[in-house]
Amino acid sequence: MATATRTVIDVEGLAKQYRLGQLQAGYDTLRDSISHGVNRMLGREHLPPAETIWALRDVSFGVEQGEVMGVIGPNGAGKSTLLKILTRITTPTQGSAEIRGRVGSLLEVGTGFHGELTGRENIYLNGSILGMTRREITRKLPEIVDFSGVSKFIDTPVKRYSSGMYVRLAFSVAAHLEPEILLVDEVLAVGDAEFQRRCLGRMEELSRHGRTVLFVSHNMQVLARLCDRAILLREGRIVKDGPSEEVVAHYLQTEIGQGSQSRWPDLETAPGGKRVRLREVRVIDEHGRLVDSVDIRQPVGIEITFTILRDDVAVFPKIKVTDREGNNAFNTVDTSPRWREPQPTGDYVSTAWIPGNLLNEGLYTVEPGVSSLGLVGSSKLVHQARAPEAVAFHVYDPGEGDTSKGGFAGQFRGAVRPLLEWTSEHR
Amino acid sequence: MSTVRETLAERQGLAHEEELPPLSERLTVIRPASRLPKLDFQELWQYRELALTFVWRDLKVRYKQTAIGVAWALLQPFVTMVVLTLVFGKFAKFPSQNLPYPIFLYSAQLPWTYFQSSFQSSSFSVSLNSALVTKIYFPRVLLPLAAITVPAVDFLLASTILGGMMVYFHVGIGPEALLAPLFILLAAVTAFGAGLLFSVANVRYRDVPYVIPFLVQIWFYCSGVIYPIEALKEKWQWILSLNPMTGVITGFRWALVGTPPPHAGQFALSVAMAGLLFLFGLTVFRGFEPRFADTI
Repeated sequence: MATATRTVIDVEGLAKQYRLGQLQAGYDTLRDSISHGVNRMLGREHLPPAETIWALRDVSFGVEQGEVMGVIGPNGAGKSTLLKILTRITTPTQGSAEIRGRVGSLLEVGTGFHGELTGRENIYLNGSILGMTRREITRKLPEIVDFSGVSKFIDTPVKRYSSGMYVRLAFSVAAHLEPEILLVDEVLAVGDAEFQRRCLGRMEELSRHGRTVLFVSHNMQVLARLCDRAILLREGRIVKDGPSEEVVAHYLQTEIGQGSQSRWPDLETAPGGKRVRLREVRVIDEHGRLVDSVDIRQPVGIEITFTILRDDVAVFPKIKVTDREGNNAFNTVDTSPRWREPQPTGDYVSTAWIPGNLLNEGLYTVEPGVSSLGLVGSSKLVHQARAPEAVAFHVYDPGEGDTSKGGFAGQFRGAVRPLLEWTSEHR
Repeated sequence: MSTVRETLAERQGLAHEEELPPLSERLTVIRPASRLPKLDFQELWQYRELALTFVWRDLKVRYKQTAIGVAWALLQPFVTMVVLTLVFGKFAKFPSQNLPYPIFLYSAQLPWTYFQSSFQSSSFSVSLNSALVTKIYFPRVLLPLAAITVPAVDFLLASTILGGMMVYFHVGIGPEALLAPLFILLAAVTAFGAGLLFSVANVRYRDVPYVIPFLVQIWFYCSGVIYPIEALKEKWQWILSLNPMTGVITGFRWALVGTPPPHAGQFALSVAMAGLLFLFGLTVFRGFEPRFADTI
């Protein structure tokens, strides 16, 4: 037992089956149930086989103490079901999970608040629902009230609160719970951007203090930044488990269907024509290693391997970069003098280096190509070979404040996000 | 002291890492739900503060919502008693076992009202708290349990009226009065059993809320509140004793205002039925409990 890692969440073969129809509420009446029951007894009707779906299937993983783990996956992949099982809101159909430590979840913010009760009374109510003892609440009361910023109204029924005050008070209680394990479902966490930011802040704070966090989110940037590790769920199963950057990149790319490398080993069927064929394209980092996702501050290389089959026309490699929404971020060609003349037949490797601090965060797809200038006045490009969306990569901001958004934790729009030289003076 | 900790940290390979907080003692094991009709008393004890909080919340809200607060808990049973006395005592001239009809009626109305409020509020306890049930874990049985506790406060307040009436009508009290709480306990078990059953039905079927008031009304007429059960033929006395509330009311009335004691066999039948109802309710509740969050 001389290991530094201590498993605090141990999930073994967890599975959850839902009956279809069970997910929609209030669908049955007692009257219907009785009349169907009577008909069945009389043999006039047979019970239809219950249709079921598996929301989770054979999910196993362990989370070490202090680890911050993300859970990602498309809608309906079972993320929320997993969290509901771990918070014991619902029970698994098969398998087991062991959790060591006090569990808190930001799902519960404001749960059980009663409009007729005062702020103070609701602190006690909500606090004990969240699992605090009365003594604990009494001890923390001044802090909670202070943090909420509604101390003036603490003896007013919360039905008279503005929604902002209400959420602040609710969050303040949740924030003082001091769980050893925090489970967060961003999809279910209510509130405005400010509130979500506070939730994330609280999460980071807890994780810095060695608390274990399990985080479900659709925001890949935030997830990649906050989590050390992530699991990817699809159709109720874990399809990938690893460092969050890798899993996020894998998810984004499998969702769209690209990786960071494409190869066309067969010259006959490779993209292109009688002059040029593409052979391979790769997304690489400064050290020439294949990468899925890139720190926004680091350059990323698009390495194109192509074969020139005829030496009658001057050709040059080119890339077109498209952002996640399908906007063309930019086109660029290799302008080196070599390409002004036709080149001898054979294989060529060209790498376009996209500098750090140029692209925005998010997923980019790349169309590599080899083009030539049209004959008439060079105002037209002739695509000798091209492969749309051949590769993709994911750009993330580690959030250390030295990029173009400074201390801002949200998302900037735009295909590019260059870090510019600013001059400012006081007049 | 610090050297001990260091060697411990070294042994655990933590010497060069930032020290992690001590590993918690609390271990939660999550498994597929068991359907056995048992109450996990150890867990209920762990959650006792939450149970008390639920009771406290309901009481607070209850007495805040009515303008006259606590007075309402006295006015309501008093007015009910007056109206029922006029209808059944004066006009219909129901027998009252040689007692003034108001005393005869009110000594039954007290446990009945406790039962009725407990049954109704426990029946709605899960569906009304769906925001909690879908968001947080606690033993669900706390909800109907809290729901049968809250009306006990109203019961105690309304009991003072009975005391006043007994003084007014010169009705003496004997040592049997000490047994009165047992009959209330029987009413509580009955309300809990029925409440468990109907709280599930309320979650499962959307037409159940319309059934409950009707059921309560029928139940009222079958419990001997407005008439003495001894006034019926013996066969009917036995049939009505299948209703646990018959035993509660006959017994409570005997204990406090000195009507004839309940027939031992009939009373035993009532107790057995209460036990069966409780077990059946608990079985159904436990069987459906894991699906609450998925259904509401």
